[in-house]
Amino acid sequence: MARIYADNAATTKMSEAAKNTLLRCLEEGWANPSSLHTPGQIAAERLQQARQTIAACLNARPEEILFTSGGSEADNQALISLAAAGAKKEHRHIVSSRFEHHAVLHTLDRLKKQGFEVTLLDVHQDGVVRPEELKAALRPDTAFVTIMAANNEIGTLQPLEELGAVCRERGVPFHTDAVQAAGHIPLDVAAQHIDALSLSAHKFRGPKGVGALYMRRGLPLLPLIEGGAQERGKRAGTENVPAIAAMAAALEESCTHQGENARRVSALRDRLARELSRIPHSVVNGGGSARLPGIVNLCFEGIEGESLLLLLDAKGIAASSGSACTSGSLDPSHVLLALGLPHEVAHGSLRLSLNEDNTEAEVDAILAAVPPVVAYLRDISPVWEALEKGERPYVIQ
Amino acid sequence: MLYSEKVMDHFQRPRNLGKMEDADGVGEVGNAKCGDIMKMYIKVKDGVLIDVKFNTFGCGSAIAASSMATEMIKGKPLKDALALTNKAVVEALDGLPAHKIHCSVLAEEAVKAAILDYCQRNRLPLDPALSEPAGGTSCCHTGSCEAE
Repeated sequence: MARIYADNAATTKMSEAAKNTLLRCLEEGWANPSSLHTPGQIAAERLQQARQTIAACLNARPEEILFTSGGSEADNQALISLAAAGAKKEHRHIVSSRFEHHAVLHTLDRLKKQGFEVTLLDVHQDGVVRPEELKAALRPDTAFVTIMAANNEIGTLQPLEELGAVCRERGVPFHTDAVQAAGHIPLDVAAQHIDALSLSAHKFRGPKGVGALYMRRGLPLLPLIEGGAQERGKRAGTENVPAIAAMAAALEESCTHQGENARRVSALRDRLARELSRIPHSVVNGGGSARLPGIVNLCFEGIEGESLLLLLDAKGIAASSGSACTSGSLDPSHVLLALGLPHEVAHGSLRLSLNEDNTEAEVDAILAAVPPVVAYLRDISPVWEALEKGERPYVIQ
Repeated sequence: MLYSEKVMDHFQRPRNLGKMEDADGVGEVGNAKCGDIMKMYIKVKDGVLIDVKFNTFGCGSAIAASSMATEMIKGKPLKDALALTNKAVVEALDGLPAHKIHCSVLAEEAVKAAILDYCQRNRLPLDPALSEPAGGTSCCHTGSCEAE
C-alpha cells in the first residue's frame, strides 16, 4: 500500500541534505568538541559553523544561539531563565496565550507554584492573539511575555512583529515558541523584536532530539543541566555535533527555499481546506486567519477523531487529531477548546499537515478518502442521528 | 500497536452494526462531551435476546467494545446478558489500554440500559443486576462532568 504522510506537524522525515550532513559529520566531526586535539577541534569547528548558520537564518548573532535537546527543553530553559531574572526585580507576572504548547503551559504551571502570576490571553475564534490585548495585559511587574509564532495544531500565525513591538516599547522580554514555525515562515529576531526564540530540528526536516534556543545578548540564561562548560556553561553535556550540524543544514535549506515551498505547499493546503469543508457541518479551524503553509485542521460534527484516524490509516493516510482519545488525556485539545469549540465538536477534529514532499496526487487521494470515512462514521453515530433528527442542535452550520 | 488484533478486527469489521426500527428495548449511555456514546438495540423473544444492534460515537476501542458486547449477548437469555461484565468484554478483546477501559464499562452499561428499557416497557420486575453499578465509571470527567 502506498502510504501518504500528512502528519508533518508531528514530525518530518529528514531531508537528503540533513541526512548527508549527519553522515558526513559522523565520519569527520565525531570527536568531542571540548577536546584540544585536532579531531576535537574539527568537531568544534563543525559546531561553530552550525551556530553561525542557525544564527544567520534568524538574523541573530552566533553567540546568542544555545543548542538543546529540542523545542521543549528550549522552551523550559527560556521561561525558567526569564522568570528568574524577573524575580530578581520582584517582577512575578507573566503573559502568555491560552493555546501555547504544553512545553510552555506546563512550565508556566510550575512557575505559578513558585509564586508567579500568569495571564493567558484569549486567542479568539480565529486563533490569533490581539496586540492591543497584550498591551492591556502588561503590568509594571510583568517579567516576560511568551507567545508562540504559529500554533502547532491549527497553524494560525501570530502577529509577531506587533507583539514584539508592544513588549519592546515597555521593556518586557519577549519569547516566542517558534517550534512549528521555524523554516516554514520568515523569522527575523531583529525586525520582529524577539528576545528569545525556541526551535526544534525535526519540525523542519532535521533529526529528532536536537533544537536551539536563541536568547538575545544581555539576557540571562540559567542552566537546566549542570556538569560542564559546554555551551558557555549554560547547558552541560557533550554536544551532539552530527545532529546539530544536520539541524543547521536542514534549517538553511528550509530558509533558502522558504518562499517557493510556502507557495507550493499552501496551494495544496488550500485545496484540502476548500474541498473538505464542503462536507456538511464541517469547519476549518482558524480558516479565516493567516496560517502555516502546511497545516489544515478541520472539525466534522457528529464523529470522533480517533476512529477517523484509524480508518484513514487503514487507507494508508497518516494524519492526526485533537480528540481526547488521541491526546491520551480526558479532554480534547486545549487549542480547539481555546477557540471556543465545545468538547463534542473538538473530539471530531482532523489535522492534515503537509510539506514540500507532498504531491497533488496525494491531495487527490486524501480528498477521495476522507468524505466516505466521515460519512460512514456519521452513519454509525448516535450523535449524528440526534443532530439529523433535530434532537440536538448543530454547532457547525 | 496501541490495540490488539481483536480490537482492530471488531473496529474495522463491527458485528451487529446498525439501527433497529422495531427494537423491544433501546439503551443509550455515555456523553458526547466525553467523546463516547453507545446506543444498543435489543429484540427479545421468550426471554432470549434474538437480535442485538448498536451504533456508537467514539474511538476505536469504543466501537470495538460495543461490537464485542453485542456478540457476547446475542442469542443469550436476558439473565445471562445481565451478567455481562466490562471485564469479560476486555478479556474477549484481548485487552484494552488502561485509559480505554471506560469503553468496556460503557458497553456493559449500554447492554443493561437496553434491558432496563425492555423491562420498563413490558412492566417486568427489574432484575437486581440492573441497579448495580457497572464495574467502574463510564464518564471521563469523574466528579466534574454534568450529564447532558
